[in-house]
Amino acid sequence: MYHAWLVPLLPALSFAVISLLTKQWKWLSATISIGAMVSGFIIAAFIAVGVLQHPGLINHPLVYSLRWLSMPGFKVDAGILLDPLSAMMLFMVTLVASLIQIYSLGYMRGEKGFSVFFAYMSLFGASMLLLVAASNLLELFVAWEGVGVCSYMLIGFYNHKISAREAAKKAFVTTRIGDTGLLLGLLSLQLIFGTLNIADLAQKIPQFQNIPLLITVAVLFFLGPVGKSGQFPLHVWLPDAMEGPTPVSALIHAATMVVAGVYLVGRMLFMFASVPPVMELVAWVGGFTAIFAASIAITQREIKRILAYSTISQIGYMMLGLGVGSLSAGFFHLWTHAFFKALMFLGAGSVLIGLHHKADVWEMGGLIKKMPITAVTFVVGGLAISGIPPFAGFWSKGDILDATLASGHTVLFVIGSFTAFLTAFYIWRMIFLCFFGKENPENHPQESPLVMTIPLMILALFSTVAGLIGTPWWDVWGRYIHFGTYVPPVANWPLMIGDTLLGALGIYAAYLFYCKDREKTKALAARQWFGGRLYDVLYHKYYLDELYMWFNHSMVDGVARLMYLFDIYVVDGIVNGVGAFTVAAGEGLRVFQTGRLQNYALVFFLGVLAVGVLLAFTGPHATLFLGGVR
Amino acid sequence: MDWSLMDIEIATAVLGLGLLVLGLIVPHNARRGLGWLTVLGLAGILALSIGTWSHQGSLYGGMYIVDSYSTFFKEIFLTAAILVTLGSMRYVDEQVGYQAEYYGILVFATLGMMVMASAGDFITLYLGLELMTIAFIILVALRKTDGKSVEAGIKYVLLAGLSSAVLLFGLSLVYGLTGTVNIIRIALLLSRGAFPPVLILGLVLLVAGLGFKISAVPFHMWAPDVYEGAPTPITAFLGTGSKAASFAVVLRLFTAGFSGVWANWTLMVAILAAVTMVVGNLVAIPQTNIKRLLAYSSVAQAGYILVGVVTASPAGVKAVLFYAFIYVFATVGAFTVVANVFAQTGSDEIRDYAGLSQRSPLSAAMMLFALLSMAGIPPLAGFAGKFYLFATVIQGYPWLAVIGLVMSMVSVYYYLRVVLVMYRDEPLDPSPITLSSPVALTMVIAMVATLVIGFYPGPLANVTDLAARSFFVLR
Repeated sequence: MYHAWLVPLLPALSFAVISLLTKQWKWLSATISIGAMVSGFIIAAFIAVGVLQHPGLINHPLVYSLRWLSMPGFKVDAGILLDPLSAMMLFMVTLVASLIQIYSLGYMRGEKGFSVFFAYMSLFGASMLLLVAASNLLELFVAWEGVGVCSYMLIGFYNHKISAREAAKKAFVTTRIGDTGLLLGLLSLQLIFGTLNIADLAQKIPQFQNIPLLITVAVLFFLGPVGKSGQFPLHVWLPDAMEGPTPVSALIHAATMVVAGVYLVGRMLFMFASVPPVMELVAWVGGFTAIFAASIAITQREIKRILAYSTISQIGYMMLGLGVGSLSAGFFHLWTHAFFKALMFLGAGSVLIGLHHKADVWEMGGLIKKMPITAVTFVVGGLAISGIPPFAGFWSKGDILDATLASGHTVLFVIGSFTAFLTAFYIWRMIFLCFFGKENPENHPQESPLVMTIPLMILALFSTVAGLIGTPWWDVWGRYIHFGTYVPPVANWPLMIGDTLLGALGIYAAYLFYCKDREKTKALAARQWFGGRLYDVLYHKYYLDELYMWFNHSMVDGVARLMYLFDIYVVDGIVNGVGAFTVAAGEGLRVFQTGRLQNYALVFFLGVLAVGVLLAFTGPHATLFLGGVR
Repeated sequence: MDWSLMDIEIATAVLGLGLLVLGLIVPHNARRGLGWLTVLGLAGILALSIGTWSHQGSLYGGMYIVDSYSTFFKEIFLTAAILVTLGSMRYVDEQVGYQAEYYGILVFATLGMMVMASAGDFITLYLGLELMTIAFIILVALRKTDGKSVEAGIKYVLLAGLSSAVLLFGLSLVYGLTGTVNIIRIALLLSRGAFPPVLILGLVLLVAGLGFKISAVPFHMWAPDVYEGAPTPITAFLGTGSKAASFAVVLRLFTAGFSGVWANWTLMVAILAAVTMVVGNLVAIPQTNIKRLLAYSSVAQAGYILVGVVTASPAGVKAVLFYAFIYVFATVGAFTVVANVFAQTGSDEIRDYAGLSQRSPLSAAMMLFALLSMAGIPPLAGFAGKFYLFATVIQGYPWLAVIGLVMSMVSVYYYLRVVLVMYRDEPLDPSPITLSSPVALTMVIAMVATLVIGFYPGPLANVTDLAARSFFVLR
């Protein structure tokens, strides 16, 4: 367990080696990157076993750190914090990342910048792993920004496409809004408590009395997760982030980075739990985002966009779980979601490769015949997310709804349940449109190579069984990952049956609309009645992007224009002037460098003279010196 | 008398003599092995110095001081010497010849630096200084058939002589006024108050003499010409070892010897530091030759290090030690790249570095690390170094810290210009540049050190802190 620091370090080294040395050799670069990640996974697996053998870590995490920065009044330790939570994250991230990198061997084959892609993936892995293992919030913030930068670079990976560049910019700017809040929150914590060590804060914060101040800090803090995890109203970047290569979408924008916000809230739950109003806020933001994004997902046409909104919605679930105080349920969903969402994204990537990047689900159909492995694994993912037992999503989603109801949030429970129905509906809408029904004669699909389908199969396996470690009858999960005292779960039969029925109902509705009679549905969507209007609103994502753009154009651009004038006439003038002066000064001073020895000697003695005069006038004994020897 | 205090120096002298003798014995074609022998010997001495880290004491009634401060400086010299030797093996074999003389005299230069770091009085100080200077004069002019090298040698002889004369004059003035050459005793005398103002003249001459060695403006004029003409590895050693040794003397003289008259010289050193930073960085901008660019950058670096001298405090000494150490890796790394590129392309012009990232990724990466570290960009070591340096003056001389920061930004301009050429431009001649294994080893060591110290400056900061404290204890 003391080797946990190797887990982030290996991919970091891999990034350095690839970008500095082996960039020309594609396969070597990919091997290094995958090798580093798989080694990290092996270490993480041992760590996980170690953590399971030491239940004492649940309440007393293992922390080891180094003094990173130290100056009077400010000390920062950097290190590793190991408890079941971080061990689980290390295990999950390394596993999913390894599989996705292997998959990328097939997906990225022949793309320009193959090595660079793997270098970025390694850097991302390193940042993400450091984020989950960090023992100090400043260290965590560094990693947090690191994943942000990697996300930016990978979304804009196809930088010859304008849309990719725009999406990268949008992602960066939108998350920055949240990051600013997070940074302010961090600074406040440092000012108030004098430390950013998570373990120390866990001791100090629950005893802190000034609740209004703590509320402010917690709300600022929460902005970071809202941005990073794509929660309402900062979710707008996530669907656009699908411009990146599909493995990136799977790794970063589905399975790992976007849950960094959830992780941070979970990590700092001791802070949020001491301010109940903020907990309410977290729960409501989560619940609202869940239903909001699910409703948009119903009408989207691009396969990856549907999955993107589904991700937003599922992360909303996780936040909901945390907000009602159940660390266990929130993270259980994070755990299962990582597998089935990565699975579905990679499946979508496989479909895109098979159809030469045709992304509209309405133009697909009947793919199951030509792409059986992709289709079957995708269906497994669909069953998992819809909450059909015994697939993984059933257990985790059930836990969240159970916790919501148990904490007395009836409205949120209803919202959550309805979202469960919507989820099953839109996911199966996509599945029916893609894989079932009539084949589109324009398509000539082909099953993807094994290097891509094997990761799919492994993920499908995990999507099936990952939930079995947290059932009411065998609750390993809850025993290790929980907040406060551990309450053994009881099987809530009505809820479990109800969940299953809701999921099944969603699937059946999707079957009616999109498998049995899809032409009629198409017509329905196009008609200009109330439902059609609603469809438009949903399709345009509640016009939020338009609203933001309007705000941007009218307000931000207006101010920006003023600033711009100031910038070109005042700032640029100064900057250019300084630049020109600097260069001219350099040229001017160069004149003295004649190459002649006599001149050098002369300058030397002039220097002696100058220093003498300088000393004479600056020292306290200047007058004495001028007056000669006493 | 405890001779074991001088273990390191004795071993170094034996190594140097042994190399010279071996050069006479071994046949011509076997002399290439001398480089490895030098590296092994120096590495052994470095290990010895780490083992004797805690030795404290003085010899000959205070003429020779051994403390953690001097030992740390000796470790800097040894590290620099090892890296320079590693990096110069192929260069010496192909471009210079005279392996035995080259390595032997290089070791003697190191010995001179060690004597300087441990000097407790003016005589020892001057002895060490001249041993180092004369060794360097030979090394600079070693490429006898190359006009530039000879010119550099002549310039260095004359101007070094000049600066030595000035320094000696200053030393004799101080001796005449205090009646002693022992630095500690001078410190005691001066701290009692009244002293004749001619002492100020002595200080001026000392500053000029030592300012020459550290290439502080306006005593820096020799540096670009000599740096350009000298064999490149020697340039690296001039820029690191010689400079660090001179800083060891400056600190010993000013923070220990003249601390009683601190108020008289602090502002002058501050102004010198400012001028050196400004001129070094500005003149570096129009340079087109990489060695001249690095020479001016080295002038600028001397300015940064001088900032640590201004306050004469343990924090300042610590910062100087820290920076001198990390500066070794960046400078030797950069010059090793230059030497290797020159060995294969015959050019030191920056435009011939176009596409270096394709021709030799490791060389380009080394250069990138070195330049960014010198510019003080996190997370490389130079950032931590500059942080410690500027932090010492933030209280007393905030304007100096501001100048340092602004000039660091200016430096980014010309450093990045080289990076752009290396990484963006297409090479005219795409043939790869090969690296011999010792050269590659130098680069890897320098890069790893620059990165690791940058990420985690804690241990080095602790060591330098201890060394700085030992310095003040003895006083």
